[in-house]
Amino acid sequence: MILAWLIIVLLVAGVLAAVAARLSSVLTRWISLAATVLDFALTVFLWVRHAGQITLTGSNPWLEQIDWIWIPEFGIHFHLALDGLSLLLLALTFFLGVVSILASWTEITESVGFFHLNVLWILAGITGVFLAVDLFLFYFAWELMLVPMYFLIALWGHERRIYAAIKFFLFTQLSGLLMLVAILALYFLHHQNTGTYTFEYGELLNTPLSSTAALWIMLGFFVAFAVKLPLFPFHTWLPDAHTEAPTAGSVILAGLLLKTGAYGMIRFAVPLFPGAAREFAPVAMVLGAIGIIYGAVMAFGQTDMKRLVAYTSVSHLGFVVLGVFSWNELALQGAVMTMLCHGISTGGLFILTGAIQERIHTRELGRMSGLWATAPRLSGAGLYFALASLGLPALGDFIGEFLVLLGTYRTHPVLAIVGSIGVLTATFYALLLVQRAFHGPNTHAWAIPDLLPREGVVIALMAGSLLWLGLNPQPVLRTFSPVLHALETVVQMHR
Amino acid sequence: MNATDLLALLPLLLIAATSVMVMLAIAIRRSHALAAGLTVLGLCAASVSLFAAAVWAPRDVTPLLRIDLNALFYTGLILAGSIVVVFLCYGYFDSQENNHPEELYVLLAIAALGSATLVSASHFASFFLGLEILSVSLYGLIAYERELKASVEAGLKYLVLAAASASFLLFGMALAYFELGTMDFRNIPAAAAAPGVAPGLTAVGATLIIVGVGFKLALVPFHMWTPDVYEGAPAPVTAFVATVSKGAMFALLLRYFSQSGVRDSGPVLLVFSIIAVASMFAGNLLALFQNNVKRILAYSSIAHLGYLIVAFEAGGGMAGSAVAFYLVAYFGTMLGAFGVVTVLSTPGNDLGDLASYRGLFWRRPVIASVFTVMLLSLAGIPVTAGFIGKFYVIAAGASVLLWVPVFTLVITSAIGLFYYLRIIVALYSHVEVPVPSFLLGRQASPSLTWTLGALTTVVIAIGCYPSPVLHLIKAMIAGTG
Repeated sequence: MILAWLIIVLLVAGVLAAVAARLSSVLTRWISLAATVLDFALTVFLWVRHAGQITLTGSNPWLEQIDWIWIPEFGIHFHLALDGLSLLLLALTFFLGVVSILASWTEITESVGFFHLNVLWILAGITGVFLAVDLFLFYFAWELMLVPMYFLIALWGHERRIYAAIKFFLFTQLSGLLMLVAILALYFLHHQNTGTYTFEYGELLNTPLSSTAALWIMLGFFVAFAVKLPLFPFHTWLPDAHTEAPTAGSVILAGLLLKTGAYGMIRFAVPLFPGAAREFAPVAMVLGAIGIIYGAVMAFGQTDMKRLVAYTSVSHLGFVVLGVFSWNELALQGAVMTMLCHGISTGGLFILTGAIQERIHTRELGRMSGLWATAPRLSGAGLYFALASLGLPALGDFIGEFLVLLGTYRTHPVLAIVGSIGVLTATFYALLLVQRAFHGPNTHAWAIPDLLPREGVVIALMAGSLLWLGLNPQPVLRTFSPVLHALETVVQMHR
Repeated sequence: MNATDLLALLPLLLIAATSVMVMLAIAIRRSHALAAGLTVLGLCAASVSLFAAAVWAPRDVTPLLRIDLNALFYTGLILAGSIVVVFLCYGYFDSQENNHPEELYVLLAIAALGSATLVSASHFASFFLGLEILSVSLYGLIAYERELKASVEAGLKYLVLAAASASFLLFGMALAYFELGTMDFRNIPAAAAAPGVAPGLTAVGATLIIVGVGFKLALVPFHMWTPDVYEGAPAPVTAFVATVSKGAMFALLLRYFSQSGVRDSGPVLLVFSIIAVASMFAGNLLALFQNNVKRILAYSSIAHLGYLIVAFEAGGGMAGSAVAFYLVAYFGTMLGAFGVVTVLSTPGNDLGDLASYRGLFWRRPVIASVFTVMLLSLAGIPVTAGFIGKFYVIAAGASVLLWVPVFTLVITSAIGLFYYLRIIVALYSHVEVPVPSFLLGRQASPSLTWTLGALTTVVIAIGCYPSPVLHLIKAMIAGTG
């Protein structure tokens, strides 16, 4: 039941926040903050409660679940279930939710109520995606995230927001529909082979499929996840959407929406079609490797700070694809670790970019330079997150990428080498960012206020968690490893 | 004909009585509220009588009409749609003096009667009868604002094309009768299987019937009239044309082609596939180039009928239930969308231009939100009825491996998203546009507000919890056999 509450709290708070905006926008912000903090607390509570029994037994792989009949005519259940992997992603979701609400405290002044309604409903959709184990429900939640995200970009975005929002919506919607067709094909084939109509993940896992059918259906899922991820060459919506979105939108896009794609691959695309996934793995991994290099090179060439950060996402998520399709325990652990840390480090960079833009009204790197002199705390934080992004040891991103490369090396050494080059190129763009924005003489004579206490707290929280993940990743690894192990077993069994 | 037959026929009789009653009432006293009220009352009584009729279903009342659960279900849908249209008309025409809107309700009731006859027809004669009752009253409805050029032009266009298509239909029926010697749908399979029947001629007959039906449904290539008529007709009448008239025709199509077994022949199926693919592409692509909301919705409805054909092609119970569900969702959504247009329009001043919808959210947040819900439902986004409908149609297509139509549906509905988003973008843009003078200081009438509220609730409720509707449809399919 607590799982349903996680979603209900967000949905209800969204409506409340919108209504409260008639009274005062401060009230709206506090309601939204309270809802996300409450959800975060609930997740931590679940984590603590299940800390001892995170190791899973075969019969019931879920720590917590609710299963209500929803549309019996189609065999659709409202089935939410939680395991270590979804638990951590939920923690990330609510953490970034809190962060993005705090980050837009002063940035958003127009129609505050509707803004927070959208933010909270996106979070609700993402929560649904991470919890759904009924494929129909999964698709439902998957689509549900889109509309509020579209509004977020289209209404509160920057100069080219309409273009970016429509592009984002069309890409994700078309690929989502392909996934729907794939889900339905799986549904009917499952019925053909077993005689029951069900969208239940656990039952569909063991659907016997011909290898051609499996490949086509897997491609349907793969395309949807690859667009969200985004995998080269499906990434073209990302730089536009990230750049034009307001800060909260960028944080949620980069930190969470991209992760739903990676999560989908780990949870659905590979385990449902192990054979097809293995056949297809070389293609996916090569695309991932191309993405790593391509994202880094493109990031290097950007002059818009936000666009630069956006391209780094393409690069980092390439590592996740490498890790997922290597499909061994080390690489998978690395992939999940990268997902978590990338969410925080990139979120941090977007918040800083937003803070800078709020102060000097530009995102052009050429118009910055020498900000250290006037805003040392802000610039220091920028350096910190840039270092995290380039994979400095002791910070979380390093653990993730290191594990991915280690795992990939076992199966595909060449791709691991390409990936390592990607780590190297990350150094260039990250240091370039710091160099051009913060170092050098303050030629434009900027005099801007440094990080406010509110921003300072947000940044400190994010920086602290990256450090924690980097120095002591064991608790987190221990939480999701059993899930990955179980998924790996499922896949091995059916190969 | 005995008392039981009359009971089974009660819904049709009550609708017919409504039109007579309203006509007499107008003769005694001209009052807009009275006419509208009587119509709603009559149609509601007819809806209640559906339950009485259901007791006796299935029953053949004369060889012409078959009152079964299928017919009653669609009659219910038609009645619900007509009642909504009555409310829309009342709000729309109430603002104007000396326009004599009362007769509109007579025509509306007759059109509902024609639609109800269509969905109960099991014979070429009643098929044609129902179609003509519907068409003739629609001519009057579309051209109701007789002083407006656009309205009269739309009515005339509809008249000419509907008459032409009716002659195609008649010719097709004649050919089929010539070859098979029967006009009863259910006798067709046996007659067609008899030795000595030339399959070519029956196929030509079926094709001509498709032409006639395709016109009413505005399927490509018989869709030319749609945008002009939608644009020219008064907004609530457009809502009627887009929903009730099409829904009735589609129910008949389903019944005729499944009972007569014609659907299962290869060439006919191919023709339907081509029509479906063409409708989806043409509807969605042409809508991209429109700048008038009524025209966009016209092209959108062409595309939606294409989606319905995909479900129709699946055959069997799956087709029946998918079509029924999609029509329920489509009715709610289209009525809602045109309801929004109605709220923003006055007779002679239909708010069509997309530019005048700019920034509507900041001026009329509730209306704009309703419109957003309807547009998202048309686009098939979750939490709306349109999503479950689209899901059902894709499921129906996928269940019999109709991959070409299904993928066309997927691709074209992504294209379709583009123009729905265009309207939504306009609704929420921050640009200040001058409010059209006819809307200044005008509040939406309560009849419109409540109707739109109810439609929005229905669309969202079905989108979140479709089980009751699915259950009803399942019972309907099972009861029809």
